[in-house]
Amino acid sequence: MKRFWSWAAFGFGFCYFFLPMVGMVEFSLRMRRGTYSLDAYRSVLGDPQFQATFGYSAVMALLTIVFGVFVVVPTVYWVRLKLPRLRPLIEFITLLPLVIPPIVIVFGYIRLFNTSSLLPMTGSAFGTDVLLMLGYSVLSLPYMYRAVDTGLAAIDISTLTEAAQSLGASWPVILLRVILPNVLVAVLSGAFLTFAIVIGEYVFAALLNRPAFGPFMVWAGGNKAYEPAALAVMTFALTWGCMALIQLVPRLFKHQRAHR
Amino acid sequence: MPKLRPLLKGRSLNWLGVVPFLAFALLFLILPTMNIVTGAFFDAEGKLTLQNIGNLFTPEITNAFSLSIRLSLASSIIGCSVGFAIALAVCLGGLPRGLRAVTMTFSGVASNFAGVPLSFAYMATLGRVGFVTMLLRDWFGVNIYTMGFNLIGFWGLVMTYVFFQIPLMVLIITPAVDGLRREWREAAEVLGASSSQYWRMVALPVLWPSLLGTLALLFANSFGAVATAIALTGSLLSIAPILLFNQIRGDVLQDPHLGYALAFGMIVITGLSNGVYIVMRSRAERWMK
Repeated sequence: MKRFWSWAAFGFGFCYFFLPMVGMVEFSLRMRRGTYSLDAYRSVLGDPQFQATFGYSAVMALLTIVFGVFVVVPTVYWVRLKLPRLRPLIEFITLLPLVIPPIVIVFGYIRLFNTSSLLPMTGSAFGTDVLLMLGYSVLSLPYMYRAVDTGLAAIDISTLTEAAQSLGASWPVILLRVILPNVLVAVLSGAFLTFAIVIGEYVFAALLNRPAFGPFMVWAGGNKAYEPAALAVMTFALTWGCMALIQLVPRLFKHQRAHR
Repeated sequence: MPKLRPLLKGRSLNWLGVVPFLAFALLFLILPTMNIVTGAFFDAEGKLTLQNIGNLFTPEITNAFSLSIRLSLASSIIGCSVGFAIALAVCLGGLPRGLRAVTMTFSGVASNFAGVPLSFAYMATLGRVGFVTMLLRDWFGVNIYTMGFNLIGFWGLVMTYVFFQIPLMVLIITPAVDGLRREWREAAEVLGASSSQYWRMVALPVLWPSLLGTLALLFANSFGAVATAIALTGSLLSIAPILLFNQIRGDVLQDPHLGYALAFGMIVITGLSNGVYIVMRSRAERWMK
């Protein structure tokens, strides 16, 4: 009896998640009348606007990851090593982006960094790009922080630091050549999650008026019939790929470590 | 640089190491939010006032908030119940072990598959010419659109939100379900408890804070969701975040300070529900040692 209900719950969940997947794949193949074809994908991939916006968002995601790593790794390391009392505060700050709706944060940006303010970042395209990248870093902060924190918890940073110091390493060397390689797996899992979040993000890009992939998708949703489904399939595959890499990377690295 | 090192070693200067992070958080997270919050309490002349908050109580805005709250409640309650059932099934239900790993991995993906692409997937499935809509019409002669269903309506949006709520629930509640010790069940059985008594008097009271806390988290999660709703309804449906989105874009309320009050109202609601989550989580952790 118990097993019956378990299968029932699982089966319901399976259908609930499977049908939209099938629906979106099927719909994306319907572009040519009467037969299934990859026309919608061809149309999407050939669209110069798709190429431009996707490229823009991908570059944004990479910059966000680099910036996030450079802010988060030294901070988590330093707090664990020297300022353990600050940990609850830092943890609280990194949880704030989950509490404050993103739309409110970007509203604040528009108010605080507009052309008549002290720091008029929205005045130029470049400034807005920087602001968008920083905003994405804020959005990914909870995930990046958690990933790096778990990674650093697994290694003995004070011993590693002392060993490096007694060999005469400076702080940048310790961070770049001792700490970072040891938490690379954790950093990568945070990075893939960040990529998955940034690539399709809509609210920040739309309200800051930047030509990102999210606003392009919404535009396509309003103006095209079959292309949106193709876009959804591609984005889903991308998310799936990022998550698969998160699962895969630790295994690959463990393998390497065992050989040493 | 070598001269700096003994300086940095001094206890008093250790805090310098977190300055970049704190500056970043202050400038791009805390100050922008504070700016909106304070903006809600000042009028156009810069005088302190409660008028903006009072102005929120027009039918247009209260309706938007009430619709948002009902939408978030419905999607979080459904997500919570179904997600809990699935977590129980894969953890304790005697299903093949492999299913658990598959479910967890898929939940990781699906909980991140929100926003614009998700709404496209639902349009392709339950839209007017969607896959399931056509299937029901051609195979079973049921036309859900003549029966009053509309993907752009309340329940359509709930169904779409549930797609990312269920996996989130599964991800968060599974550790709590795993935390139910086998010894408790055995102890209950030795004392003569039936299965339903065990669930009613041992397992559910232990899980209760986790369930309630996650419900609050799911509520906040769907309350702040904008992109899914905009892509689905074309910013027509008047829920609080869409109203705010339109306000930021074009000042539809004709009063910028009303916009800040609107944003402030959203922070209050998501803040409260996250507060519930944090309190409940610390209660739940008592049993997780």
